[in-house]
Amino acid sequence: MVKRLSVIDTERCVGCQSCMFACVRRSGHGGLGGACINVRSAGGIRRGFLVVVCRACPDPPCAKVCPVAALSARPGGGVRLKNELCIGCGNCARACPFGAIFWDDAADKPLVCVYCGYCAGYCPYHVIALEDVEPEVPVER
Amino acid sequence: MSVDPTLHRVLYIDLARRRFEVRERPDVFHDGLGGTGAAIRLLEEECPAGADPMGPDNPIVMAVGPLVGLFPLASKTVAMFKSPLTGNLGESHAGGRSAVAIRSAGYGALVIRGASASPVYLSVDGHGVRFRDASALWGMRSAATVGTVIRAREAGAGARSIMRIGRAGERGVRYACVVTETYRHFGRLGLGAVFGAKKLKALVVGGRRTFDVPDRKAYRDAYDAVYHAAVDSPLMKKYHDLGTAINVLPLHASGGLPTRNLQSGQFEGAEAISAEALAKGYLGRRIACTHCPVACIHLATLRLPYPNDPYFFKTLMIGYDHEPVYAMGSLLGIADPTGLLRLLDEAEIHGFDVMSAGVALAWATEALARGLISTADTDGLTLAFGDADTYIAAMGRIVRQPTDFYRALARGTAHAAAVYGGADFALTFGGNEMPGYHTGPIGHLGYFVGARHSHLDNAGYSVDQKAAAKGEHLTPEQAADTLLEEERWRQVLTSLVVCLFARGVYDSATVIRALAAAGVETTAEALSAMGAETLRRKFAFKRREGFDAAAMPIPRRIVETPSPAGPFDEEYIRRGIAHYMARL
Repeated sequence: MVKRLSVIDTERCVGCQSCMFACVRRSGHGGLGGACINVRSAGGIRRGFLVVVCRACPDPPCAKVCPVAALSARPGGGVRLKNELCIGCGNCARACPFGAIFWDDAADKPLVCVYCGYCAGYCPYHVIALEDVEPEVPVER
Repeated sequence: MSVDPTLHRVLYIDLARRRFEVRERPDVFHDGLGGTGAAIRLLEEECPAGADPMGPDNPIVMAVGPLVGLFPLASKTVAMFKSPLTGNLGESHAGGRSAVAIRSAGYGALVIRGASASPVYLSVDGHGVRFRDASALWGMRSAATVGTVIRAREAGAGARSIMRIGRAGERGVRYACVVTETYRHFGRLGLGAVFGAKKLKALVVGGRRTFDVPDRKAYRDAYDAVYHAAVDSPLMKKYHDLGTAINVLPLHASGGLPTRNLQSGQFEGAEAISAEALAKGYLGRRIACTHCPVACIHLATLRLPYPNDPYFFKTLMIGYDHEPVYAMGSLLGIADPTGLLRLLDEAEIHGFDVMSAGVALAWATEALARGLISTADTDGLTLAFGDADTYIAAMGRIVRQPTDFYRALARGTAHAAAVYGGADFALTFGGNEMPGYHTGPIGHLGYFVGARHSHLDNAGYSVDQKAAAKGEHLTPEQAADTLLEEERWRQVLTSLVVCLFARGVYDSATVIRALAAAGVETTAEALSAMGAETLRRKFAFKRREGFDAAAMPIPRRIVETPSPAGPFDEEYIRRGIAHYMARL
């Protein structure tokens, strides 16, 4: 079964952004540049936080609008990016209603979660977790 | 490989000409690492001797350090300026998103020079500075609303810091603070007044830079060691669970909680305003500074009905910590948590250093009771311990300054006492108001010799408490030596810049390992020498600007009110100060 990063409860999020630093550190860097997860206030810190990350849609719109098939649907949910095919048109980022396709300005290419779960290991409050993508059970009509 | 070179970039901003430039200053960061060590070097360069703290010559320096953006708990920005409250060194630290935002925008430090002719706010990113007109924001009642407006207008949510002043800063209150991310502050020594004097309403900084490290695996390993030490440490758990206000009850029990202008060290209402009571009745959310998994920031939810409009309520989220609970709680005799939280909210709206404002109001209350001032001076307000509504009204008066008395009080408690009398019970130390620990002589000695008059300078309160627990009595010289050693090491931590609550995590070996992972090779001896040198430079600046340790008045109240450490006298503190200065 394929994995995805799941946002379990944003009400427990303290806004430390340790997950974002973890995402960048996985590639061996410090800072926040290139993180594929974003934590920001929900309209001022008093209202708590939003956690934006790819939810591994079973039918991802970002892949549908890629004109060069650089972004393709992953069997079971989510997407895979073939960077060498990408022309940087930005259709994918515009198509995602969550803003979960981030952007590498220098390379002019998308940044998208690879569902590794490294970030979840650095969330002390269990806001996010790596989970199996449960297949949808068809309903009778 | 050395540290990521963006740390060496200093952004110089000229408010008068509306110009900026970036200069590479590896010298400043090599010698001082960053934070406090870099900031004092930049302040020495930028601040002419005898500069008017409220004039255009007074610079604002903000510096971050080599661990910011790379390691957990490296979350603080160090601001330096000439203090309009004390007339010498102004140093104030804040967390929130400020430190990571400055470093991620690609700078190690900012230097703000000159003054603007009209209200302005600055939007800073990796490309430089935009000078935005702030005329419409000037005079807005609430510093929080200013944050809301700028938040909607500027890009970069999640990776930016919005530092702003309230009306207190605009109106030159010498203990006005700068608010960052609503709940963190450059609180002490009047940075808000310096912003206001420059017509600088706000400073927005944001960016998302990535930093290179010499060895990726070594970096990840060093990171994990710090991260796990932080999240598994009992000390950090204490700050996470109940927050810093956990100190209220033990201080009260030992007689060290300053109450009603330190007429007592015990407060009969301590239980009601304790961390435990606030958590039970009001805690609504816990939040963190960027890159701090501990999340010590506690927000109370306060639901208030409108008196004349049934079924209308306002719901406020109000930050609380030990020092605000002391300053607006026990020190003012406020035992009602609703009153306390409303006072804290009011201080936040105006942008006061809540500690100085509490001490000023406590002194004024006693001065009124003793007949040193009259209700004509107070514009009709009968200040009384326990009366939150009148204190809320008085905070508005300190901002508006309708009488000579409020104009004097806006310049600080020491100044007001010099004009109206009552210096014996004015809780000030070298011109700055007292923190919330009356633990004994060493705590007070620490306030006098501390470079920024905060309980976090050298932890004198902790030396008192440890000595009391062991039944020891340190001589003033022994106490001064202990404080000096601690304060030197804290210069190292604040040059990295790590939060001082994480001092137990960042011991010397951990600091050296983290620095190596960040590209800085150093030794315990070199760090130690750097800390001592930084402290010497800070005191050289203070002395240059008129600081005279031997001449500082000692308020009689601190030796008259019994402390947990038992009786002590002025002589103890004088000897301690003299020894500290001699050894510096």
